[in-house]
Amino acid sequence: MVDVQPTETEEAAAEPFPPPIFVKIFRQVFTVALTFIGLTAITFIIGRVMPADPVLAIVGDRASTDVYEAMYIKLGLDKPLLEQYWIYLTNVLQGDFGKSIMTSRDVLDDLIRFFPATLELATVATLAGIFLGVPMGVAAAVNQGRWIDHLVRVVGLFGYSVPIFWLGMVALLIFYGWLDWLPGPGRLDVFYDGIVEPTTGVILLDSAMQGEWEIFRNALHHLVLPGSILATFALAYIARMTRSFMLDQLSQEYVLTARVKGLSPLGVIWRHAFRNVLVQLITIIGLTYASLLEGSVLTETIFAWPGIGQYITTSLFNADMNAVIGGTVVVGICFVGINLLSDALYRFADPRARQ
Amino acid sequence: MTEMAPRDGAQAGSEAGLRAWLLSSTPSSAFQARCQRVYLSWRSFSRNPIAMVGFLIILLLLVVAAFAPLITSGDGTSQVLQDRLLPPSAEHWFGTDQLGRDIFDRIIWGSRITLYIVALVAVIVVPVGLLVGTVAGYLGGWVDAILMRITDIFLAFPRLILALAFVSALGPGLENAVLAIALTTWSPFARIARAETLTIRNAEHILAARVQGASTGRILLHHVTPLCLSSVIVRLTLDMAGIILTAAGLGFLGLGAQPPLPEWGAMISDGRQYLLDQWWVPTIPGIAILVVSMGFNLLGDGLRDVLDPRSGEG
Repeated sequence: MVDVQPTETEEAAAEPFPPPIFVKIFRQVFTVALTFIGLTAITFIIGRVMPADPVLAIVGDRASTDVYEAMYIKLGLDKPLLEQYWIYLTNVLQGDFGKSIMTSRDVLDDLIRFFPATLELATVATLAGIFLGVPMGVAAAVNQGRWIDHLVRVVGLFGYSVPIFWLGMVALLIFYGWLDWLPGPGRLDVFYDGIVEPTTGVILLDSAMQGEWEIFRNALHHLVLPGSILATFALAYIARMTRSFMLDQLSQEYVLTARVKGLSPLGVIWRHAFRNVLVQLITIIGLTYASLLEGSVLTETIFAWPGIGQYITTSLFNADMNAVIGGTVVVGICFVGINLLSDALYRFADPRARQ
Repeated sequence: MTEMAPRDGAQAGSEAGLRAWLLSSTPSSAFQARCQRVYLSWRSFSRNPIAMVGFLIILLLLVVAAFAPLITSGDGTSQVLQDRLLPPSAEHWFGTDQLGRDIFDRIIWGSRITLYIVALVAVIVVPVGLLVGTVAGYLGGWVDAILMRITDIFLAFPRLILALAFVSALGPGLENAVLAIALTTWSPFARIARAETLTIRNAEHILAARVQGASTGRILLHHVTPLCLSSVIVRLTLDMAGIILTAAGLGFLGLGAQPPLPEWGAMISDGRQYLLDQWWVPTIPGIAILVVSMGFNLLGDGLRDVLDPRSGEG
């Protein structure tokens, strides 16, 4: 992305028209469109080479050849591949991912139903990662080489290396099985299920808005384990990056100047160095959030969390092509979208990045 | 390895002689210079205790995988149904699973599968990444634009979901899992190789080769690729842990290695229902995964300090 910019930006700067900002926006839109086309093309190809027969899945294996042929044509499978892709693309752009075989509803409706659970989980995990990881990273950088630095390093290493589904299981074994401090899998205890009318789909918000504080507490308890398991990776990543950004800033001359001027050590760290780290952290946090949205697949499986990851995996085992592809595309779009957003935020927060 | 250390003097002096040969500031052959570089890298590497721990873990993994038949009593798939779900004991160090198979044996045999996955992914990913990256960086222009857009698309993809979708299309199994992981892993290598190529594209030795009439392919293979290798290797080592975790995740979901293969992720998944009563069945394979991926992470950190010229310390 970066490499082609200089020459074209120079051109734009030389001429007042079109203004550089439009060139930039145009390029951004072009990149997004290209990524979107790539995303859908790859998922489309995956859907086509899938061993499951989509016609057979609808008509059943007792159908006559006539019925089979009719459905074959109705699904558009007789058309050339490129035309099929075009139809698929226009449908996706209109929010039509086709019908799920498993739930016999529109895939989009399913996704809307399952997405909030993933969103809730990933958001809580990211927040936990930020509120623990950032102070840890700063503390490690300030105390470089001392025990707290080593501790943060070990925690980071663990977060990078541990298989998350295994950690989830062990956590369930200890905190649910042995100690019984926390509830088991699921989003709510069974007898709370279906009481709260889903408006946003995020149980914490819904129950709070309707004043069902008992359910709110129950949902929160259910969130603790999966949230903190998912947060281990976020924590490790954020702490590690914060540490290295902070070390970078602390070696700068303006920090020395601030110290020489007699500012308090805490003031130097938080008001001067950390300000600059914060800007760099925007990108990191965006990356973490995006990766947790997809990374929740395994956590959702362990904790029977009815989110989009579980939806994709169960559809996968039922050879429910439309659902798998729809889910993949939606997660991909979120992924790209969050990265774009953090990019834009970064440009906004750091004047140097605006050029 | 055709040449050995000089053998001047007595046996006692040979070690000192080797050291002098390795540290001489005027190497007399390319071979000596190469040995010197390896030796110096190794010295700074072995002074890093964290990297050494990682190195020892990976060495242990290699040894265990190589001598699996000597260490274990069976091939890890033999079932003894009257010995189901035994807790860890002197006879069965890690206990037995639901089919009476010795978990220790299965872990040992599973190390071969882990190494197989990691090696195969590396063998696919590194050449592809190097090819795409060096070609894009060296040729520039529209070739670069097209190759990098493709790379960006793969970078923008959520990795695990893409791997899931690929495996579902290709059908579950070890080879398909490897292929799916490779398809989602190659893009960062292309980026790294391209960045390296851009910095050396106009270096004197490349120009010299071009003036001498070397073809583009020869320049890429003999003059550009070797200079990209060290950063690619560092990245590969750091990515190994991710590859192992993804493979284990796919195995756990039932999309990777199929039973009765003792793949660690699949072992966790098999033992899941025994979690509350026979905790050792699902938890011990997880420890194996944790240790190995930690080893690769430690080794990668150490290698980066030694090999990556930009980290400054090495």
